Amino acid sequence: MTAIAPQKRRGLFRRKLTDRIVAVLSVLALFIAVAGMIWILYTVLAHGASVLSWTFLSQPSKPYGVMNGGIANALLGTVAITLGATLIGIPPALLGGIYLAEFAKGTRTGDVVRFAANVMMGMPSVVVGLFVYAILVVPMHGFSGLAGSVALAILMFPVVLRTTEDMLLMVPDSLRESALALGCSRARTAVRIICRSARSGLVTGIMLAVARVSGETAPLLFTALWSDAWPTHYFSEPTANLPVLVTEYATNSPFEAQHAAGWGAALVVTVMVLLLNISTRIIFKEKHNGR
Amino acid sequence: MTNNLKSIINPARSDRLFRIAAGGSAILVVALLAALLIQLGVGSAPAWRKFGLGFLIGTGWDPVANVYGALPSIAGTLLTTALALIIAIPPAFVTALWLVDAPPGIGEVLSQALDLLAAIPSVIYGMWGLFILVPLMQNRIQPFLSDTLHLGKIPFFGEYGNGFGFLTASLILALMILPYMSAVMRNVFQMTPSMLRESAFGIGCTRWETAKDIVMRYGIRGLLGGIFIGLGRALGETMAVLFVIGNVTTVPKSLYDSGTTIAATLANNFGEADGIMRAVLFALGLVLLLLALGVQVLAQYYLMMTGAKRGEQ
Repeated sequence: MTAIAPQKRRGLFRRKLTDRIVAVLSVLALFIAVAGMIWILYTVLAHGASVLSWTFLSQPSKPYGVMNGGIANALLGTVAITLGATLIGIPPALLGGIYLAEFAKGTRTGDVVRFAANVMMGMPSVVVGLFVYAILVVPMHGFSGLAGSVALAILMFPVVLRTTEDMLLMVPDSLRESALALGCSRARTAVRIICRSARSGLVTGIMLAVARVSGETAPLLFTALWSDAWPTHYFSEPTANLPVLVTEYATNSPFEAQHAAGWGAALVVTVMVLLLNISTRIIFKEKHNGR
Repeated sequence: MTNNLKSIINPARSDRLFRIAAGGSAILVVALLAALLIQLGVGSAPAWRKFGLGFLIGTGWDPVANVYGALPSIAGTLLTTALALIIAIPPAFVTALWLVDAPPGIGEVLSQALDLLAAIPSVIYGMWGLFILVPLMQNRIQPFLSDTLHLGKIPFFGEYGNGFGFLTASLILALMILPYMSAVMRNVFQMTPSMLRESAFGIGCTRWETAKDIVMRYGIRGLLGGIFIGLGRALGETMAVLFVIGNVTTVPKSLYDSGTTIAATLANNFGEADGIMRAVLFALGLVLLLLALGVQVLAQYYLMMTGAKRGEQ
């Protein structure tokens, strides 16, 4: 008995030590990840804040070498392209989500669609850009904001489809049955009853998808490209947008002033995306706690 | 009367119409996936005709002589992805583990912070990498690794670099995919029946032992699914890599070398691409698409298996 006891104690000590070490490493890893995020945000803020001014936000960008350019055209272009993507991508995504949740529960078609949507969610955005280039830019003989919108819409589509399905499935079946018992058609039940009661969830899904694609860059390189003009020819010509402006200024420009402008644009993009993201989360959470 | 009639006849018909529209929209996802494959296949056909399958292992990249090979891009993609995974998997695993039973308040805040890290646009990561991380690598980290730790003696590691290259790109990628993998792993851990964990604690297991012998074994497929999700993101990431990889079309010889990945080659060369070069870029896109497709199918399979297993319980 006495011979075994010390050994056991050492075993326990080592096990506890291992446990402690892993706990410390976990906290350290978390710290590094969060510190990385804060570092990135701080860098963008520190470099970007100094160039922000009313002129910067209200003037269009200028060609290389011309001073005092702004980012107003790119800001408008980003809004136009994202809005276009929302208009193109959201309606079919909502309809498809309704189909999965209301008409295809447990069917083979449902499984196939769900699988394809999950796979599409993981598609590299650069490949989607290449695809839209082939189906839109080549036939239309030129880059356009519309092509950019289509690329972003393709990226949003599977995401919103799946969140819509998830949100609709959270609505209790008793609600469905009550509506059907009152004589509503399946379509009317789905749209007027189920979608309405899952509304805040649907809006959250859409907003998060919009936030995600509004910072996308790679697909826009192949579709909307870039321009110094105001985005008045959204349907037929290259359209200015913030992410590509950041890329251009940071990598292709030798001018210090344009590096600074790039940081300013980066700050605007980051604030836009994060504000959209955070406010959506807060609103959704409040709605849910309220229930 | 007519109004009444309308309301009697219309529902059935509008119901059918709605159902068709909804079904059509759902099928659109499948159609898009198929169209993606077909379009890239068609677009890349001239390249396959000219170079054959040897294109995949060709190392040349000469727009003047019209000789192209995919090996530098493919090797670069695989190298950055593998390195990013090696760097990111351990911290993703332990953070997920810690967050699952962290004190509620702190856990909540830190989870949200990780989600925000995932929400930052990749072009911002790229810019931060270019202006902050590249000089830091060049002036501090690479000299430290080579002169102080003498890691340069390891074959393939590399002695001195200019800050750009595979190690820098992989570090950024690791930071980008960490929150994604951590989130999936967190979900997997939460799926473990609490009965199992409590039993383990009951017979005197420490938290780490419970995690590695019970939770990890139980959710191993889900963990693999999470890793594949991260893998998929790292494979196709364009902007963050483009900014810091150096963009040289050569096969990597060391971690400090500048190089390229499929996505970076696409973004970099597309502006001036014409004729056969455009077909070559489509071929590269097709390779990337097939890689991503394989990874996603595996990821979905493993994640589905976890769900199925839970269903049995």
